[in-house]
Amino acid sequence: MITYLSMTKSIHDWLFSILPEGAANITEMVLIALAYLALFAVAGLYLVLLERKVAAWFQLRLGPNRVGPGGIFQTMADALKLVSKELTSTDRIDKFLYNLAPYFVIVTALLAMTIFPFSKQLQAFDPNIGMFFLLAISSIGVIGILVGGWASNNKYALIGAMRSGLQTISYELSVGLSILTMILLTGSLQLSEIIEVQRTGGWLIWQGHIPAIIAFMVFMIAGTAETNRAPFDLVEAESELGAGFHTEYSGMKFAYFFLAEFINMFIIASIAVVLFFGGWLSPFGITEGITWFPEVFWFFIKVLVIIFLMMWFRWTFPRLRVDQLLTLEWKYLLPINLVNIIFMAILIWLNWTL
Amino acid sequence: MSYFSDIYKGIKTLLTGMRVTGGYFVNARKGTLTQQYPDNRETLKMFERFRGEVVMPHDENNEHQCTGCQKCEIACPNGSIEIIWDRGVDETTGKKKKKIDKHIYHLSMCTMCGLCIEACPTDAIVWAPNFENSVYDRTQLTKVLNQPGSKVKPGVED
Repeated sequence: MITYLSMTKSIHDWLFSILPEGAANITEMVLIALAYLALFAVAGLYLVLLERKVAAWFQLRLGPNRVGPGGIFQTMADALKLVSKELTSTDRIDKFLYNLAPYFVIVTALLAMTIFPFSKQLQAFDPNIGMFFLLAISSIGVIGILVGGWASNNKYALIGAMRSGLQTISYELSVGLSILTMILLTGSLQLSEIIEVQRTGGWLIWQGHIPAIIAFMVFMIAGTAETNRAPFDLVEAESELGAGFHTEYSGMKFAYFFLAEFINMFIIASIAVVLFFGGWLSPFGITEGITWFPEVFWFFIKVLVIIFLMMWFRWTFPRLRVDQLLTLEWKYLLPINLVNIIFMAILIWLNWTL
Repeated sequence: MSYFSDIYKGIKTLLTGMRVTGGYFVNARKGTLTQQYPDNRETLKMFERFRGEVVMPHDENNEHQCTGCQKCEIACPNGSIEIIWDRGVDETTGKKKKKIDKHIYHLSMCTMCGLCIEACPTDAIVWAPNFENSVYDRTQLTKVLNQPGSKVKPGVED
């Protein structure tokens, strides 16, 4: 029987046997970083393909079906094209900030990916402030968008970036409060701990019943807004702003923004899975006794379901106006959230959780 | 309290929208609208009301229904139709009568508005579902609709 733990342990032992300690540590870090980069690239590419296929099916089209069987290499071809393109820029841009912006976006997305427990043993980094870390990291991403729009010296990019700032500042509140509602239930910010809580008492959406469902709905709305996806894609509203904050970017820099959007979607879905749907735990514990079963499977299945839900939103709802966006957040989501958090606290105090 | 009823209505309408698109998603296999054109060239059938180009149908005796009344030429907003006509003796009645020599149609100028077809009193010209109209020489887009040697069907009067 080979588990991830024994695999990683044997690699660890082998590295320490042939290298001095410091070098072995650094090699291990590089290996983990490479694994995450690979996951990042593959997940990004295939989420783009999934999005295009799902969009096509929602609109009774076929979607990409020419490159490879069923179009599975379409996004690879797109990525190759983007890599081979020239990195252009306009006159009078702020060169340093312009080049920095895509890295802000992509690095924060990568950082947030590191702490997810894909299975019991498959987790690179498990800080005891996991959820706090996620919230903190995900709010850095918007700096990349703001900087990119600012440095482009383009009014559409600037408007897009400013809208992004406004949107993220507003909706971060709802994301944070809905996460906090669930944290009341778990009593821990550590992601592995949150999943352990759900092993005995059922998934948190079951344990917390009504307030948990409200928190989930608020989280999905605010999470979609956080990732700047339709119906909250004011940032890159094609009909108004060209392409929004990445209007002036080309080639791989554009691809970074584009990939980061999909990775952020993956991150939001992963947070939802960890907080509400038991992470890598199997539904009703059906694979609990099977030791060789890869729990990663359950994690990715759940993430894909949530991502599908977000794509369903995207291809159903029309884009909100700026004032509607703010009304939704400040007049509806925030008061509901504040009441909900009290409701959850009372529920826990009276021991009415399931 | 319109606040709570607003929330309820909002969620309800959003779910209605999601049900509609969800139905499309589930039926995507059966209801695909995409035509994979060059691949299905043999089987592709154009729609009944498709406006490809104006043609003049001829029957097996090489007879058409155009009396040369020129109403289509007058109706055409940008002069895509020119009719060259003449007077000839009608065999059955022995009277002198207008007949077309050439019904010239400039496909390159046509905007597919269909006014000529609506104006035609004898249904001599109709829409054809041809859509592969590209050519390498634009003079090929000037077409003579009546076939050589054709004549008007007996009994067709405007």
